[in-house]
Amino acid sequence: MAKQAMGDPKRVPRLEKLKLQSQTKAEACIAEITKALDNRMDAGVLGACPVEFTKAFVEACGSQSCGKCAPCRIGLKKAAELLEKVLDGEACPCTVKELGELAQNIYATADCAIGFEAGRQMMSAMDKFSDDFDYHVTHDGECGIDRYGQVPCREACPAHVDIPGYIACAQAGNYTDAVKVLRKDNPLPLACGLICEHPCEISCRRNFVDDAINIRGIKRFAVEHSTDYNVKREKSTGKKVAVIGGGPSGLTTAYYLGLMGHDVTIFERRAHLGGMMRYGIPAYRFPREQMDKEINWLIKQAKIKVKYNTDIPNDIKFNKIKKDFDAVYVAIGSHSGNSLRIPGENAEGVLSAVELLGAIGDGKKLDFTGEDVVVVGGGNVAMDCARSAVRLGAKSVTIAYRRRKDDVTCQREELDGALEEGCHLLELHAPVEVVTKGDKVTGLKLKPQVSGPVDRGRPKPMPADKKEVVVKADKILVAIGQAINSTPFEKAGLDVERRRIQNNEFTEVKPGIFVGGDCNSGPATVIKAIGAGKVAARNIDNYLGFDHEIKLDVKIPEAKVGDKTAAGRVKMMERSAEDRKDDFDLMEKGMSKQELLLECNRCLRCDHFGMGAFREGRRQQW
Amino acid sequence: MVNIKINDNAIKAKDGSTILEVARANNIDIPTLCEYEELNCIGACRICMVEVLGFDRLVAACNTVVEPGMNILTDSAKVRDARKKNMQLILSEHNTDCTKCVRNNNCKLQDLSEKFNIQDNPYGEKYRSVEWPKNFPLQRDESKCVKCMRCIQVCDNIQGIHVWDVRNHGTRTSVGIRDGVKIDETKCVLCGQCITHCPVGALVERDDIQKVYDAIENPDITTIVQVAPAVRTAWAEELGLDRKKATPRHMVAALKKLGFDYVFDTDWSADLTIMEEGTEFLNRLKHKKDYAWPMFTSCCPAWVRYLKGHRPDQVKQLSSAKSPQQMFGPAAKELLSKTAGLKKKDIFCVSIMPCVAKKYECGVPQMKDVECSLTVREFQRMMKTAGIKPSDVKPCDFDSPLGEATGAAHIFGATGGVMEAALRTAYAIIMGKNPPADLFKGVRGMDGWKEAEFTLKGNKIRVAVVHGLVNAEKLLQAIDKGEVEYDFVEVMTCPGGCAGGGGQPIKDQCEQAKDRGKILYFLDKREKSRFSHENKSVQKIYKDIYGKPLSKKSHNDFHTDQRKWDFQPH
Repeated sequence: MAKQAMGDPKRVPRLEKLKLQSQTKAEACIAEITKALDNRMDAGVLGACPVEFTKAFVEACGSQSCGKCAPCRIGLKKAAELLEKVLDGEACPCTVKELGELAQNIYATADCAIGFEAGRQMMSAMDKFSDDFDYHVTHDGECGIDRYGQVPCREACPAHVDIPGYIACAQAGNYTDAVKVLRKDNPLPLACGLICEHPCEISCRRNFVDDAINIRGIKRFAVEHSTDYNVKREKSTGKKVAVIGGGPSGLTTAYYLGLMGHDVTIFERRAHLGGMMRYGIPAYRFPREQMDKEINWLIKQAKIKVKYNTDIPNDIKFNKIKKDFDAVYVAIGSHSGNSLRIPGENAEGVLSAVELLGAIGDGKKLDFTGEDVVVVGGGNVAMDCARSAVRLGAKSVTIAYRRRKDDVTCQREELDGALEEGCHLLELHAPVEVVTKGDKVTGLKLKPQVSGPVDRGRPKPMPADKKEVVVKADKILVAIGQAINSTPFEKAGLDVERRRIQNNEFTEVKPGIFVGGDCNSGPATVIKAIGAGKVAARNIDNYLGFDHEIKLDVKIPEAKVGDKTAAGRVKMMERSAEDRKDDFDLMEKGMSKQELLLECNRCLRCDHFGMGAFREGRRQQW
Repeated sequence: MVNIKINDNAIKAKDGSTILEVARANNIDIPTLCEYEELNCIGACRICMVEVLGFDRLVAACNTVVEPGMNILTDSAKVRDARKKNMQLILSEHNTDCTKCVRNNNCKLQDLSEKFNIQDNPYGEKYRSVEWPKNFPLQRDESKCVKCMRCIQVCDNIQGIHVWDVRNHGTRTSVGIRDGVKIDETKCVLCGQCITHCPVGALVERDDIQKVYDAIENPDITTIVQVAPAVRTAWAEELGLDRKKATPRHMVAALKKLGFDYVFDTDWSADLTIMEEGTEFLNRLKHKKDYAWPMFTSCCPAWVRYLKGHRPDQVKQLSSAKSPQQMFGPAAKELLSKTAGLKKKDIFCVSIMPCVAKKYECGVPQMKDVECSLTVREFQRMMKTAGIKPSDVKPCDFDSPLGEATGAAHIFGATGGVMEAALRTAYAIIMGKNPPADLFKGVRGMDGWKEAEFTLKGNKIRVAVVHGLVNAEKLLQAIDKGEVEYDFVEVMTCPGGCAGGGGQPIKDQCEQAKDRGKILYFLDKREKSRFSHENKSVQKIYKDIYGKPLSKKSHNDFHTDQRKWDFQPH
């Protein structure tokens, strides 16, 4: 039989032979370019023209058309032509109207997603860019969007730290210079070397070549290898500034205002400075003795006074501070936990993330030995809770998350780290009831979920047609976001919306009163808080009638010639899960000198190459 | 020192210098387009590409610092091809209608095109055009702009006005007006430095030559021309007569040949200016409390525009004296109507100025006695049209009596010159005798901000001289902060003063103000009298017509209230 089937050469098969799927050379190349394009687009473009961008998008979509349907095949081509007219200054308002109608038509009538999704995105672009389209039409095709900063990492950094500058210093072995460059814009370089979310790396132009520079790792190396120095403080101005809240934002403002010669007092509600860095970030990510060293340095250099354990309004009224000081910066952060709003949540054993991490931050010795712990949430704070619970001796740690694993908002490596340390992720499970015995927690009842339609960019979970489950728990840690205790400030007359204290782009609220950081933005990142603190410092100085500049006297090494071909990114190593999971010691290992040099050498020096050569490549002062 | 090789020759280069700097120091040619020494080393045009052995990609010589062991090729096949390609790309977006361009034969792009033997362009030619108000003294032609960014740099870094900016995005990036406004909505001072730094014909002055021809050709009109001090230092540049041989008398002859009925000298009215402005200064000193200090010179209309546009509260600190150009108009018409029997309305007064802002000044409604102002470049174009070769003319003297001038007037065209001339006369008035003519030479020279202090009969006089508006603004801020105090400040907008004026002939990459200024100090030294108050013709006009400085009549003709001037050019 087999012989017959394989054999007879004269047999003409009725069915065509099947072929293994293989990729043509062209397909492989397209895939490669698509990946490169993906990287480019992810890294973003500084101030692209929305119309030119839309045109490029429409043309890319057109190149994917299968060509069957008229609206996709012809419509996308005509749309690109009309967009070209807008850019050439040959369009009238009717052209834009026509474009909108065309997009609508492609969306409504194309047969498949190649066309209708292109139409939908184009409609969205036309809608969101409508002002830009109008500007082009009324200005002979000129684009009204300002071009801004030319060094992508520096622009992406909320504090606008001169990243290529300190990388160049680090490369040359001038680590203290690197720290000086850092501290010009950010007085907490070690904090950022250890825990920064590094938005700079997302925009890093090196993404065009291979992968972003490991900016945070370079920073950490430089800080850890620098030597101490003193900064010059301007002569005293006699002006008094109160900073309410000693977190990263308050410390930043206080540091720069102190250096400018103002008399700064920080009012801190708790026993130590550091805010969320101390009361939200576990020591295994930012060791306390290093944090103390960094904070003490800036307090000393800028001659800042600190009043600890001083709460507003219980210990001192806001109006009194207002009266006693020439200017006030409010940066109280976001320090109360959101609640689950389910039955039983007041039971003994239910803790908010803020309570848990706050207690650890204050040095309280907690012990979860032998306990089953359930963490609710999927953000960075949830991971911090889970991993802290592991270190406090928990027998089991379950992270209950109502969405999918893919939807977590924490950094991916945080989740991976937690899983390595033995935590268990229970995805698509939403808490419905805290199960108790007496006053005590014994478990958490969870309703399985399914992923539903996308809402604001993420699929919304919906109850699944599956039975509720109960997970055994001695402790439930609730990490579903923090709230701001803004009530005393609202009562004192500040504008508060959704508990956030409102300000303007200059962080100003009213004459002499400035607000920034988490209490304004909602829970965000350390570097954002630092950025706001820097803005406030400049504007408070200005408000007080001065023009103090924060200057830098470091010579940045020149950029070197190089072809800059692709090379792998140096990864930060961690202590093994086995080794690290029982203590709160620093988990991440620093780069080696060899790794540092490899990584510095990858930097494309956008301060020198590209627009940086023309303008704003470097700002020696602000 | 860094050891490198260029084209196989071992060279010791200075640490921190660029490949281009090293090449230039060693007489190795590397072509450039956008680069402008000390102003614009941004590697935008990619014409100065060189090969560094060991690297696949080429590097820009203008902003790459030499490294030890570099082996550089400035003329390899790879380099040649790359330069030519980039030239063709730039040309493909350039309006190459050279025959209708004022920069024809004085164009960096044209030179490079020839140098690279470009005879065709595979990329065709498609350029963008943008409308521009035809009547504005500064003209821009987008179709010729090569996006070198020099105009932005000079406006930002030398003048601090920030008229220009990079506009649009991506492949449509262009140079345009900051914030996308129209040129007449900006605070442009009309210094013309963007014109003299433009490598091509994208920036030019409004051409007013036809107006002058019309006047010359009209038999009912008498045309008189006045020539500013700095013009005589540059008028024959690039026209085949060496700067030292191109004397003012040659220049007069050329102007006569163009058909002007009278050729007079703005230097005459510069002496007059010293009489008026100097007297005004001494008057203000006497009534110190009635005035805001310091007093500023008012000769430079771009500076007047700066104050009007950027610091309107300080316009009152300008001397009320008109500029020499504008004093000349009424004085000449008054005199010719009295002595030559001409009607004022039949006199057409032209000025040859090293300046674009003078076109604005002529249009200010309060001063209508100079009908038309031409830049030196326009003057040169007229000579070319008329076939006048500076080397061939027969030198002759300025017409009398408005052709007589002292050494003090000549130096008006260089930074510090107005101040020095004023001090010479102020000294004489206060002390009752002339000082040694070179007593105040401390205010000469190319330093951006100079100062001096003199005590004359117990009166301490503190003066400062600045040129370049970034320097002027620095001085103003220092005054605001109380860091400095002066009685009298001379401001010239253009670096080096009018000698480096925005209306002077253009030689790419060449800052000539210093050398031109030397000519003026040479003429000063050579002059029989070096004191404005000794100008006989000026003395006579006071005696015959104006009485004395600041008399009612002179106030009427020679002074103005700059606050009332429209900022908008007419």
